[in-house]
Amino acid sequence: MNIRYEKEDKQLIVEITEEIDHHIAEKLRRKVDDEITRHMPRKTIFDFSRVTFMDSAGIGMIIGRYKMMRLIGGSLEITNISATVRRILEMSGINKIIPMEDKKEVG
Amino acid sequence: MFDNEMKLEFISKSSNEAFARITVAAFASSLDPTIEELADIKTAVSEAVTNCIIHAYEGEEGIIKIKGRIIKNTIELEISDTGRGIENVEMARKPLYTTKANLERSGMGFTIMESFMDEVEIDSVLGLGTKIIMKKKIKKHLVNIEDEEFASIGGVG
Ligand SMILES: Nc1ncnc2c1ncn2[C@@H]1O[C@H](COP(=O)(O)OP(=O)(O)O)[C@@H](O)[C@H]1O
Ligand SMILES: [Mg+2]
Repeated sequence: MNIRYEKEDKQLIVEITEEIDHHIAEKLRRKVDDEITRHMPRKTIFDFSRVTFMDSAGIGMIIGRYKMMRLIGGSLEITNISATVRRILEMSGINKIIPMEDKKEVG
Repeated sequence: MFDNEMKLEFISKSSNEAFARITVAAFASSLDPTIEELADIKTAVSEAVTNCIIHAYEGEEGIIKIKGRIIKNTIELEISDTGRGIENVEMARKPLYTTKANLERSGMGFTIMESFMDEVEIDSVLGLGTKIIMKKKIKKHLVNIEDEEFASIGGVG
């Protein structure tokens, strides 16, 4: 995972580089919550361009961060999601409350 | 008779979630699944194994077993634990139903298993454990005409 905070836009960009299961979700949530508490961003953006696998642990992790951002008056966005990840997100219905943008197919 | 069979046993450590799904994917690969079919199997295995770790053993150490079978073009997986068991199987299958909302569980595990696999059976006894049996048929893909084996049998299929 790579995290960077863009001060001018008050945006926290979280690029996830690992497969999101329960094991990884626990680590992600601890780290991201630390960064949110530290910077109090206006927006947190999860960049999913390098996520090749996600199970239902990802849904819980995303909803948890969504609630946290709402609590501090900010928002959450997910970018570059693949078709497989979208399938899982849609099953849970969270695509209706969290803005998400698909990965642009290459070639 | 099975065309192939395997058994896997490991302790309930969360780092084994990846180990389990990758191992099962390797076992399934002889059926020549598409990337999507393989992702379905990996996700279902990940859900079942995670449930053993979180719900059956609740963070305590326990043994998780996976039995895999390939029969013609169907893969059959049995994932079992000897943990606390499921109180109400019918409720457990429902989307968004979870007994561990405090741990950021979404209650979508069984819904995902059911939609990614053809069949999902749940056998559970309170206090004794749970066994999940899942099946998925892998569709036959077009055979490459240049395939030697195919050519040698005269291309009859
Ligand atoms: N192996 C298991 N042992 C005991 N209880 C289980 C097991 N698997 C599932 N459950 C129960 O079924 C419920 C639903 O499971 P699931 O759909 O995977 O959602 P989640 O894991 O997010 O709670 C769990 O909350 C738990 O109460
Ligand atoms: Mg689950």
